[in-house]
Amino acid sequence: MTRMPEIDAEKCNLCGLCIEVCHCGAIVLLKNAVAIVETEECHWCTICEVVCPTGALTCAFEIVIEE
Amino acid sequence: MAVETSILSTLPYFSGIAAADLGTIRQTFFEKTVRRGEMIFLEGEPADSLYFLVSGVTKLFKTSAQGKEQIIGLARPHEVLNDISIFDGGPNPMGAQAMTAVTVYGIKKDRLDAVLRQFPRVSSLIIQVLAARTRQLIALVEDLSFRHVIGRVVKILLEHAGDGAGPGERLTQQEMAAMAGTAREVVARSLKALEERGLIRLERHRIVVVDRRALQEVAEEPA
Repeated sequence: MTRMPEIDAEKCNLCGLCIEVCHCGAIVLLKNAVAIVETEECHWCTICEVVCPTGALTCAFEIVIEE
Repeated sequence: MAVETSILSTLPYFSGIAAADLGTIRQTFFEKTVRRGEMIFLEGEPADSLYFLVSGVTKLFKTSAQGKEQIIGLARPHEVLNDISIFDGGPNPMGAQAMTAVTVYGIKKDRLDAVLRQFPRVSSLIIQVLAARTRQLIALVEDLSFRHVIGRVVKILLEHAGDGAGPGERLTQQEMAAMAGTAREVVARSLKALEERGLIRLERHRIVVVDRRALQEVAEEPA
């Protein structure tokens, strides 16, 4: 399973900025709600998280130590 | 499409201005649409019009002499794009590029001067907006100059890194910024700087600590 950005539907105000700014088609409007589509094309640019005015979209990084 | 007073009223410079006055001000504005990827204005160009973002997202950035791009910020609807160069007469300190299809409202400088003479309340609002922005910039300068932010970011990475036995903790850049007492943009730049130094590697949804010992030294550097 490809890890994807996460959306908190309760915080989302449906402004649509994330959909407009996403280059890889990972964010769509589905049944009047913003949804994340799993895709390998998502390169974790985090711009969707930056433009979200409510903090509904998050792109968390796992912090690991290289062996 | 005509400039709408309902949208003008949402712009920070015209907040609370009477509808009748907005109707007069509206006639001095023009609307412009810009396609994704197109430039709205260039860094270094003189500014002859003030632009407000009405819809879409715009990247504000500087380009170094070596061609490296530094994003200053992303502008969202209702934000002003280039007031600095309009008010001080200097060239645009940064460029603006549409990241999506964008609509802007613009007003020519000479018409803006006339609006300010006719509606002094707008000047007050502009001063408030610029003062708030100056305050933010002072806080940012203080942060960058005195507080060794990169050391705090490193400490956060070391404290939250998985040891290989299990998954590491997951943090957004905004969460790291909140922990470090700084802005998200500063965290992003700090991570980039650490990567360029070879101390971490930024992967798709992971921050990999490559040189833990060197990172520890960075965390222990005096402020």
